[in-house]
Amino acid sequence: MSLDNAPKPPKGLGPLAKREMRFAYMLLLPTFLIVLSVVLFPLVANVWISFKPVTLGDLRAPSILVNERLMGDLEAVGDEADIRYRIRNSSRQSDIADVFMTDTLPASLDILSIDEHCTLDGAALACDLGDYEAGKREDIIVHVAATQAFLDEPINVKDTESAFEFEPENILTNDDFTLENFRKVFNASDFWQVLWASLYYTIAGTVGALVMGLFAAQLMNMTFRGRSFLRGLYLSPYVAPVIAVALAWVLLLDPGPGGTLNALLLQLGVIDGPISFLGQRVAEINFLGLTFDFPVALTVVIIFEIWRYFPLAMLFILARMQSMSTDIYEAAEIDGATPIQQFRFISLPQLMGIMAVLFLLRFIWTFNKFDDIFLLTGGAAGTRTLTVNVYEQAFAVSNLGAGAAVAVVVFLILLFFSVIFFKFSPEDDA
Amino acid sequence: MSRFGNIFYLCLLFGALWGAIATLLITLLALFISGEPFQPQITAGAIAGLITAAVLTGFRSERRTVGIRLLAGLAFILVLTVGSGATPMGLGLSTYSIGQLIFTAIIAFLVVQAIHLNAIGFGPCRERRYNVEVICLRFIKGFGIVAFTIAVALPFFVMVMMSLKNQQLLLSNPLDFSIDFSQGFSALFRSYIELFSQYHFGSYLMNSAMVSVVTVLITLFFAVPGAYAVARLKFPGQNFLSRSILLIYMVPMIVLVIPLYAIFSQLGMRNTLWGLMLVYPATTIPVALYMLQGYFRGIPAELEEAGLMDGLSRLNVIRKITMPLALPAMASVALYVFMIAWNEFLFAFMFLDNVDLYTLSRGIAELNSSEVPRQHLMAGAVIATVPVLALFLWFERFLVAGLTAGSVKG
Repeated sequence: MSLDNAPKPPKGLGPLAKREMRFAYMLLLPTFLIVLSVVLFPLVANVWISFKPVTLGDLRAPSILVNERLMGDLEAVGDEADIRYRIRNSSRQSDIADVFMTDTLPASLDILSIDEHCTLDGAALACDLGDYEAGKREDIIVHVAATQAFLDEPINVKDTESAFEFEPENILTNDDFTLENFRKVFNASDFWQVLWASLYYTIAGTVGALVMGLFAAQLMNMTFRGRSFLRGLYLSPYVAPVIAVALAWVLLLDPGPGGTLNALLLQLGVIDGPISFLGQRVAEINFLGLTFDFPVALTVVIIFEIWRYFPLAMLFILARMQSMSTDIYEAAEIDGATPIQQFRFISLPQLMGIMAVLFLLRFIWTFNKFDDIFLLTGGAAGTRTLTVNVYEQAFAVSNLGAGAAVAVVVFLILLFFSVIFFKFSPEDDA
Repeated sequence: MSRFGNIFYLCLLFGALWGAIATLLITLLALFISGEPFQPQITAGAIAGLITAAVLTGFRSERRTVGIRLLAGLAFILVLTVGSGATPMGLGLSTYSIGQLIFTAIIAFLVVQAIHLNAIGFGPCRERRYNVEVICLRFIKGFGIVAFTIAVALPFFVMVMMSLKNQQLLLSNPLDFSIDFSQGFSALFRSYIELFSQYHFGSYLMNSAMVSVVTVLITLFFAVPGAYAVARLKFPGQNFLSRSILLIYMVPMIVLVIPLYAIFSQLGMRNTLWGLMLVYPATTIPVALYMLQGYFRGIPAELEEAGLMDGLSRLNVIRKITMPLALPAMASVALYVFMIAWNEFLFAFMFLDNVDLYTLSRGIAELNSSEVPRQHLMAGAVIATVPVLALFLWFERFLVAGLTAGSVKG
């Protein structure tokens, strides 16, 4: 007996395993479908749109407009006139295919001649008008003569409305492509400034939230009366609706009369005049004889970001700290390690894992952040990040294509960071 | 060994700092709740704090009795009053004498308490580095708690207080947060009443609640079976899926908003609550699935196998065994998803044009114009904040455990 004939372990999945597999796929199917249709498909669609010359107005589908009129006077039997259908494509950008018009002509008129596109069946007029490219207008003429019946009982030709069937071209699915959107994005004078603001915002916001979260976690790790109350309070910036807290900050920082912080600083004599915290691009700062341009609004926006997201870092770091074993601290205590040494050489190394994961996640989420800056400054005063630029291009300038192009840039940068992070991130955790 | 060492000098320093901090904060508090132009006497407060610390920490720890602390407090009041030229809060003592006295006493009490707690267990003598660090860290932590509490609470405080004032008062004296109870309930809460009677906030509230609850239900309905499959069943791609599902959560909403806006516009789904109820679950399901699968893995498989042995189908196992056991995790996921849907701004802002369909976020965005007075804006913010905050604080323990079990979002 050769080895080839020896019984082999079964290949592939057995019937039971297959059933389990089918069941698993069935359970996952709804999730898969909704994620596919609302997340993955739009991602692809966004890339598609970024190559198309689409503006916000184009989303309204083009349609056929018609103006029907009787040209000429019908005052005696035998008078001739034209029924004129003035037909046009409502859109100046998109084509309409297979336009087909039907109308009922007044029976009391003699129809002398009809347009070459049309056929007449009794009083029913049917016209196959073919394609209407963008902006095309055309007159269809039906030559008629008056009869006695018509004169006895005049009928307005408009009373029977003409009906249309047509295939509007979908601006999103036609084959009109352009690189103009990307050219516009990269050629914009402030592109590099926007990119720089994005990165500054992301890095400073992430690091700040992590450091503050670490500090707050140290505080919340002590036992004192009112700790759980304070923990609840510290979590509230993260839990409250972004629009509520952002607008509270806007009023708090308002430079006009009624702005709390400016009034407070004036009362304390810290400043001479109100500062427009969210409206001032840069302030010159003299330090040791050197002059720095300090980005005011961008820094305030970053402080808001830190304020709003330090609770999340605190929560995770606190959870990690409370799961640490105390033995090692007792041993260190006996060895005479001071509190700072214990923190530096025992706590911090144990927290590095969760800090790295938090950094990674927060970095990406901060980079994605739109609402906060949009609500605080609307992207003014040097706070326009890439995400705000997406909105600006697509909805403020109404150029969907350009907005989508910026969104593609956002996504590519994100992909780049993700690849780097996942390459260098530790295996465990998250 | 000398009687006075490094600990004593540190206590003097911290005493001065606590004196300055307490004077600043309590005077500002008095300013806020009275509306009178008090001026914090920070320098005098610092000197008074220093002297108080000298009195108090000159004694050994166990000898700092209540009497000594009282003495230190009196010393603080005396020095603050003298040091500030008989204006401990920046106004002559002839005005609001009793109020000023009470607030000065509060400052003194807080300073003495702070110094006492800062130095408890240590005499004024020289100590080794370990104890020096303990004292310093106590100060830093105490300062941290004060700073964090104020930084976190101030915007919320301003939000609530502004909502109870009127535009004219707000503009004339922005630091006056005194509440005039004499005007009666309906006058005090005028902004809230007007928001509900004239600005459709009742309907916004209902819309927000409906969208959030439906999002929670859809999310759980989709994510529970999915999470079970990923956690328990073997199938090709399982590993890949359990790792990559969270990647969906990294996709920026702003990248999705343009295509969804375009497509939903053409399908006529844009200006509808159904549109939101489709988009929200799609963004929350991945993270819900991730959190739940982590919890499902922790449930002993034997329990489910026993159910299978006894003839339950897989679906019934999920329904009758897994889900009841995972109730805490499901509650925390539900709460978390509710929070996301309730607070969501971008899609509500982009999609909804019709006032009848506005959610709270969208409705407040509409109030953010110069024609609407500030107290209305802040009252709207309070209305949006209170339900979600109350719910969150109520179930906080739940949520914290669930959130950190399968780590999560921002």
